[in-house]
Amino acid sequence: MTAIPIPAPEMNSAETALALALLLLAPLAIAGIALINTGLGRSRSAAQALLGNLALAAIAMIVFALVGASFVGGWPGGWELAIHTGGTAWNLLHAGPLLLGGLAAAAPRAQLAVLFQFLSVAFVAIIPWGSGADRLRLAAGCTVAALLAAIVFPLAAHWVWGGGCLAALGANFSLGAGFIDAGGAGAVHLLGGVCALAVVWISGPRRGKFPKEGLSTAMPGHNASYVLFGCMVALVGWLAWNIAGALLWLPAPLAALPITAINTLLSASGALVATFVVTRLRFGKPDASLCANGWLAGLVASSACAAIVSPGASLFIGAVAGVFTPLLVELFELALSVDDPSGAVTVHGAAGLWGLLAAGMFAPQPGQFVAQLVGIAALLGLMLPLVYLLFSILNRVVPFRVDPDGERIGMDLHELGGGAYPEFVIHRDESYR
Amino acid sequence: MKYAGLLVMPAGFFLTIAALVLFPDAARRTAFVVCGFAVVCVGLVVAVRGHIPARGAHRP
Repeated sequence: MTAIPIPAPEMNSAETALALALLLLAPLAIAGIALINTGLGRSRSAAQALLGNLALAAIAMIVFALVGASFVGGWPGGWELAIHTGGTAWNLLHAGPLLLGGLAAAAPRAQLAVLFQFLSVAFVAIIPWGSGADRLRLAAGCTVAALLAAIVFPLAAHWVWGGGCLAALGANFSLGAGFIDAGGAGAVHLLGGVCALAVVWISGPRRGKFPKEGLSTAMPGHNASYVLFGCMVALVGWLAWNIAGALLWLPAPLAALPITAINTLLSASGALVATFVVTRLRFGKPDASLCANGWLAGLVASSACAAIVSPGASLFIGAVAGVFTPLLVELFELALSVDDPSGAVTVHGAAGLWGLLAAGMFAPQPGQFVAQLVGIAALLGLMLPLVYLLFSILNRVVPFRVDPDGERIGMDLHELGGGAYPEFVIHRDESYR
Repeated sequence: MKYAGLLVMPAGFFLTIAALVLFPDAARRTAFVVCGFAVVCVGLVVAVRGHIPARGAHRP
């Protein structure tokens, strides 16, 4: 155990006010994802899906305040747990006061950083919820959120944002500026995608999704309007998120922030147009839900690199994300039998990974690409096995999957006792064979 | 197979760390970090393939 002083760069009052205002807008990204998760599920699970998004975010933030934030650190007090190899300290974990002790007396920048992490942990918690739609129990979702907020997210956040081993790659090994992830493409989206994959594996596919014969059954989302409106709401939040992240974690000067916003817009736009074209070519008509996934993939990819690349590079990064998103969604469903209703594994996991790689490819500093590779290897190679192990144990205690009767009547009736659309006529589900 | 893949993934990460510690020169360090990342990817592919459910199955 080693005590390592935490650097505390200061922000002037204008930067502080701007960062606070942006962080008050950032929850719109979470709201957008909640709408998308709900719209991509079935109508008989809509209320449970939206309530789940709220409940998971709330539980994740409470647990993060109680326990998780003390492992991330970033304000004075506590210890850094580090191991030493070859004269280099690998800062793995912070052990600070519980219940945000001492935060009120910390500098504004440290408080804003913790607020950013609060929003991030809520975001991470709701990403796997969309993948488990229509069969993941609310109790299981809540325990997953608590586990993520207590252990998994704090580890990743400390490594990336809390002065941990990944952030120090630049200082310790001359690898560019260390692992760059200003908007949370790694600590939020790649981690969320990894958790989504683990949830899908453990909870299994929905009944009738992969019949014994023939192709997989199409189970389209019940409300494309929710999905597309969610994309628009998410854009506002994402702009705020990326700019606030650039201010807090790079830290970028005020003059660089408009370009960050433009890059975010270009990445999302390039991704949407690319997905539109790809789905038009493949299916004869553009697919609304896949286009929404493409838009989100562009936003996710921009989270890693919007603050450090040129507008042209940003457009290219978004376009690439828009091309691979529909293809990967199709590959996961048809070839790999991964039943992921919200497409979170692709949209958050794969696009986050691509954004981090692209940040290394287009960043001006030498060695940045290697730093990004090491960071991705950590977030993917360590976190997926860890999350899978933790979720498998959790599944023994709190079963993830609802019983067959609950799945048949819908999660709303089974878990909440009432549907989201009580005046609608519910049609018989033809997918049960 | 799924557990084998999940065990290979951390091995790839530790390969990248070993490359950083053992190789001071940029070329060899980059090559070994890329190899470590490739091992992580191979582990992921094996884990994903190992998790493909049997047709008609709906519970893990």
